Amino acid sequence: MTQFNIPDTDYMYPGHVGCPGCGATIAMKFALKGLGDKTIMVIPACCWAIIAGPHPQTALKVPILHTAFETAGAASSGVRAALDMKNDTETTVVAWAGDGGTFDIGLQSLSGAAERNEDFIYVCYDNEAYMNTGVQRSSSTPYGARTTTTPGQDWKQTRKKNIVEALAAHRIPYAATASIAFPEDMIQKFQKAKEMKGGTRFIHVFATCPSGWRVSSEMSVKIARLAVQSNFFPLYEVEHGVKYSLNYKGDRPVEDYLKAQGRFRHLTDADIKEIQKMTDEDLGLLMRKAEI
Amino acid sequence: MREVLEGSHAVSEAVRLAKVQVMSAYPITPQTHIVEALSEFCEDGTMDARFICVESEHSAMAAVVGASTCGVRTFTATSSHGLALMHEMLHWASAARLPIVMAEVNRALGPGWNIWMDQTDSLAQRDTGWIQLYCENGQDVLDTTLQAFRLAEMVNLPVMVVLDAFFLSHTYEDIDVPDQKAVDRFLPPLSPRIQLSTQNPCAIGQMSPPAFYTENRHSIQAAMEQVQGRFENIQEEFEPVFGRKYAPLEAIECEDADVIMVMAGTAASTCREVISDLRSQGEKVGLLKLKMFRPFPTMLIRKILGDTQKVAVVDRNFSFGVSGIFAQEIKAALCNHDNHPPVFGYIAGLGGRDVTPDILKQVYHMTKTASFPKEDGVWIDLNN
Repeated sequence: MTQFNIPDTDYMYPGHVGCPGCGATIAMKFALKGLGDKTIMVIPACCWAIIAGPHPQTALKVPILHTAFETAGAASSGVRAALDMKNDTETTVVAWAGDGGTFDIGLQSLSGAAERNEDFIYVCYDNEAYMNTGVQRSSSTPYGARTTTTPGQDWKQTRKKNIVEALAAHRIPYAATASIAFPEDMIQKFQKAKEMKGGTRFIHVFATCPSGWRVSSEMSVKIARLAVQSNFFPLYEVEHGVKYSLNYKGDRPVEDYLKAQGRFRHLTDADIKEIQKMTDEDLGLLMRKAEI
Repeated sequence: MREVLEGSHAVSEAVRLAKVQVMSAYPITPQTHIVEALSEFCEDGTMDARFICVESEHSAMAAVVGASTCGVRTFTATSSHGLALMHEMLHWASAARLPIVMAEVNRALGPGWNIWMDQTDSLAQRDTGWIQLYCENGQDVLDTTLQAFRLAEMVNLPVMVVLDAFFLSHTYEDIDVPDQKAVDRFLPPLSPRIQLSTQNPCAIGQMSPPAFYTENRHSIQAAMEQVQGRFENIQEEFEPVFGRKYAPLEAIECEDADVIMVMAGTAASTCREVISDLRSQGEKVGLLKLKMFRPFPTMLIRKILGDTQKVAVVDRNFSFGVSGIFAQEIKAALCNHDNHPPVFGYIAGLGGRDVTPDILKQVYHMTKTASFPKEDGVWIDLNN
């Protein structure tokens, strides 16, 4: 039997208002295990703005600043500056945003903060569409997926924006991907990011949304694992924009990942072949950068 | 110490004296001199503060919202399109009850591009929950900025200090810059009861369901209702130390006036001269200068204007489809006053056009000779 090396302490209370099988909730649980209680969470509009619970409740044992949709980068910069002025260098400031708040509406604010190399960790928990508002496409929605704004034969015909590459191009000290299906890797990355004080650290967490992806809730972690195993979502790190490390190399076809989800059910064999080609191309680029 | 300063630097000096800890801003003409001076104060150690050079005004307000939530004193400055871009975060700052102070340089909105004086930018933010204080001269700018921090921190609401583009921001005047020790006594260090801290974890700004939202909004209004009284209290502390005091509204020669002219900003300075000239010719005319626009001092307005014969409001702003914004507000304030006077609205000085003594005299004579306003707003300086 596999023994996981995962800290016991939880910084989430037992109750929250996430959907059954919510990957974003699992992501927060593991992230906080790596970060500890000296953490301030800055949460813009996203699923977590709801999951954390309404006034007067909270699902987290650490403080939360809820902020407007497009402001995670800027609001976190302000929190960091204030803590610095109060000589609090111990607290880690963490922006915790969904893909909409990161890839789309919050990209400007995030890019501004990354260019200033603000001293905080920015986490994008990515469920690949606007799930909180009812599964509308975002620029993180992958090629081939159906959403409520890419319905029927108008399924998404453009590729997912490569956010890690965009952030790495800012030459920030650390950019990494993580998955709720690889908790040890994920916790280690959060611990590493926490230790690397003094600049912007970006962690892109793959977080299954069972209701949006049309999978049953107990499949949440399995789907996330298939994404990594099929190289659809590779686990890797980029230090200072140049030093790439691939943490895991999958060997399964993307078909295994795609066929397990309702949002890709309409794809033909030719479509799947096309996605396999894109995935191979992306992995090839990544391996070249990682000098593998 | 007396110094020759432009209005922008009067703001910067006040921010320095207020010992602001976190500032964030994005450049926009004519606000830039304010933040350039503050950047220099940070660089040369005159101020112990962080200046976050963000990539937009929206982010500037978001950054000071973040910082203010941690309990430090914060400041930003903007103008026109920058303020419009901030709109969402203005609501956020007030509803989060953050004592942020912002200098807002009144500038026109495009298109066409126009960098000059116009009040529509700030007045369009009247429903955002910010206190708005309008300034008439450089000294007023410095003192109002200092007082804004005291006021904001008393009532936990953000304050917008509004100054005319160029007529104030870029005009040099002889200004008394107070002594740091005196300011320290007037403005003690900030230490709010609720702050974002790992010592006392809580969630701030979270989902507020129908069971709580109304009470939250009501508490903002309750704080707004304290503002006028607090502002008057502040003058009692300010005057003995600094030798100057300000009123939410200033009534000049209004007691026996048959026509009272109403305006805000530097136009009021011009109007003081006009009133003096007209009085010397035997005209019974007064001036009501608006300093506090939010909260709107309704009862005080009724007291000063309620029993005069005619009111003439000069708006350097316009709400399309209605009229000048000050005129609307004055009418609303007077409508529940018995036998209130007719309110004549005049639009003048948009987009940097001068409001000259001749225009103000024309406003007076038109009002005096008309029995009742035929339209909601007369565009008095319109070229044919």
